[in-house]
Amino acid sequence: MLMDVLLVMAGGFLGAMARYGLGEWVYTDDFPLNTLVINLAGCLFLSWFLTFIGLRGCVSRQMSLLIGTGLTGSFTTFSTFSLETLQLVQAGSVFDAVLYSLASTVGGLLLAYVGYSLALSQHKAGGAA
Amino acid sequence: MMWLIGLGGSLGAVLRYWLSDVIKKRHTQSFPASTWVVNVVGSFLLGWLAGLYAADAIGEGLWYLFGIGFCGAFTTFSTFGRETMLLLQANQVKTAAVYVVTSVAVGLMAAGVGLWI
Repeated sequence: MLMDVLLVMAGGFLGAMARYGLGEWVYTDDFPLNTLVINLAGCLFLSWFLTFIGLRGCVSRQMSLLIGTGLTGSFTTFSTFSLETLQLVQAGSVFDAVLYSLASTVGGLLLAYVGYSLALSQHKAGGAA
Repeated sequence: MMWLIGLGGSLGAVLRYWLSDVIKKRHTQSFPASTWVVNVVGSFLLGWLAGLYAADAIGEGLWYLFGIGFCGAFTTFSTFGRETMLLLQANQVKTAAVYVVTSVAVGLMAAGVGLWI
């Protein structure tokens, strides 16, 4: 139990710092492109990762806590997405707010599916070899 | 300053993990209630902190620790995306739609309430 907590915390530590580092790097002034890129990348990766380890069946629960719950969970963020959407509305950029929400949700869903399909096809290719 | 974000992130992640454990034990329906609650509560908290930071009521250190670090990591978008996909794959289109629309709408309102109080 203590080990589980420490693994989630370690992943959370790295994920939050990576989000900030990457966020500063992709920063744009008028549209929250950084959060969008981070959230979409995280959707793709998490879905690939969880499907991949689910199919393999031999990757430990600890690995899933460190990389899935901790790292990827903290790397992506919903609170910043909400706040930024609100700030776009407040700034009068309603079109950008709608575009941001749609790109995040629909894009996140599609990339989660891409990650899932990728892991599935890798598994099939691996199984044949 | 980076380590403050990491520290807040580790606390946010572990609280999310703990809460999802507690909620999943009590709530067995297909609606992903734990992520929903975490995302809405975190949006409210971040809105509130952003208001305080903008008004100079809290300094940069607290904003990094609790705003960027804690709230950012406590809430999650990757799990939200994956859960929506799993609902669609299970043919629960209505639940998926309700999950996405209410997460976004209530999260937005929660951030607004936090910002304005």
